[in-house]
Amino acid sequence: MTGQAHTGRPSRLLRNLSSKIASIPMMLTAVVIFLGGTIWTVVYSFTNSRLLPRAKFVGLDQYERLWDAPRWIVSIQNLAIYGFFTLVFSLVVGFLLAALMDQKIRFENTFRTIFLYPFALSFIVTGLVWQWILNPEFGVQSVVRALGWTSFTFDPLYNADIVIYGVLIAGLWQGTGLVMCLLLAGLRGIDEDIWKAARVDGIPMWKTYLFIVIPMMRPVFITTLVIIASGIVKVYDLVVAQTSGGPGIASEVPAKYVYDYMFQAQNLGQGFAASTMMLVTVAIIIIPWAYLEFGGRKRG
Amino acid sequence: MAETVSLKPGAALAATAGPPSEPWGRKPRRTLSRRNIMLYGTLLVAALYYLLPLYVMVVTSLKGMPEIRLGNIFSPPVEVTFEPWAKAWATACTGLNCDGLSRGFWNSVRITVPSTLISILVASVNGYALANWKFKGADLFFTILIIGAFIPYQVMIYPIVIVLREMGIYGTLTGLVIVHTIFGMPILTLLFRNYFSSLPEELFKAARIDGAGFWQIYFRIMLPMSLPIFVVAMILQITGIWNDFLFGVVFTRPEYYPMTVQLNNIVNSVQGVKEYNVNMAATLLTGAVPLIVYFVSGRLFVRGIAAGAVKG
Repeated sequence: MTGQAHTGRPSRLLRNLSSKIASIPMMLTAVVIFLGGTIWTVVYSFTNSRLLPRAKFVGLDQYERLWDAPRWIVSIQNLAIYGFFTLVFSLVVGFLLAALMDQKIRFENTFRTIFLYPFALSFIVTGLVWQWILNPEFGVQSVVRALGWTSFTFDPLYNADIVIYGVLIAGLWQGTGLVMCLLLAGLRGIDEDIWKAARVDGIPMWKTYLFIVIPMMRPVFITTLVIIASGIVKVYDLVVAQTSGGPGIASEVPAKYVYDYMFQAQNLGQGFAASTMMLVTVAIIIIPWAYLEFGGRKRG
Repeated sequence: MAETVSLKPGAALAATAGPPSEPWGRKPRRTLSRRNIMLYGTLLVAALYYLLPLYVMVVTSLKGMPEIRLGNIFSPPVEVTFEPWAKAWATACTGLNCDGLSRGFWNSVRITVPSTLISILVASVNGYALANWKFKGADLFFTILIIGAFIPYQVMIYPIVIVLREMGIYGTLTGLVIVHTIFGMPILTLLFRNYFSSLPEELFKAARIDGAGFWQIYFRIMLPMSLPIFVVAMILQITGIWNDFLFGVVFTRPEYYPMTVQLNNIVNSVQGVKEYNVNMAATLLTGAVPLIVYFVSGRLFVRGIAAGAVKG
């Protein structure tokens, strides 16, 4: 803003020179890595690169192979299930907790500390703890059986049909505290007078939440949604730690597919194609949001 | 706490103010009402669910293996032993070498300290340039940077591998520090830009009139005024970088693997008998650093994640 404050009149390029020099890391990161890197990966997803990237273009071959691969299909299905339930549960549970926390309760800080601490832990730690708790031989299943219910079965990590729900339990444990925190901040932003007016009009509390407060918190919800969603697409370490993608390929996710093809199977083209699909997924989530958020703000 | 204390002065006030009957009747009912029992009951159950894994980790890590095989995971240890902790730290095996998590811990320290400092330094200067010395086109770079924060890392890691390989630092700690600086940049730049923009502009203008330049204003005015935001950024980066797994695996050689990677290799190694107590001690050791940062920083952490949640 104050860039033109120089007394002399050096050429346009030299104006505000220190600022430009200081911003070189930012410019390089933005242009070379984020923009350049993304374009590079997308371009090379149309090649048949294997151990090393080679610019030999083969059209959509990699994508055809990708969508023919059972492992990729399983990964996408898992991501869909994991993503859907993560969104629903973390928003519902997160909002319920936030609403409870907003009742002018005592020990609010203690409760907040407890709900949020898993978020400070890594996905690796989260995955390993829940791997232990869900261990059928020693964990929840054996404890319930020891209580007398001997036919009780709860072994998500060893059952290919439900393994992704085992991952989901861990993911929710780690992430709900964050959603609670974000929504609580949103609730605190609601004007006290709205509550007073609703009370004067005799509207029951749940109705006030459902029909007045939640619609008013729309921007907060949308931001939270985008945050959760872009986290879901990236889910990787949790699966690596908790199940290593098993049993078999039952808990594979796209991010793991990319890593394995790029760095283990030495099939770079597949890795690039899969990561491009991840990019497309994120774009589908982000673009409408950015349009709503920033398109709307300009008009307002 | 506030409510119990306010009971008496409130009553006294009401007594002097007018008819004492109404305030007298209500307050005690409120603290023990059905609503409060439901409220605190739900919160307590939720709190138990969140605390359970931490509890299980602690008790498991303090038991011997025979006790684990016999008992259930929720029972407290009959005989407390710290051997699993010692073993996890010093002698647990990852494949061929058996020097425990200690190596991973020191690697993580050597990664986290420079990465945190450099990423914050770079991002704060970026934010400062964007807030106070905006040049033509600066906003374009910033927009690309912010959009970049949403791009899955998987899309960008291979090009970075190539760049680092060309520079001859692929697989080294230096390379990993650069990677952390790059991926920390969007959120930190945003954080600092917003903070510096909120400082009064007169301050900046006064310094300009007195002849201070870009770096002088940064080091002598902005930096000393912005300590809280630097602390927030540090919390964000320390926990984020310590917890990183993907970059550690991709960009370093095994001898530099950070703690998270080594932990995963120890626990999920296929050979040998599974020692659950050692595994849980190792898991706790790895989680200890971010947990300590979290419990010590308290509210600042909340502020950091509210800003840093975009990082995912």
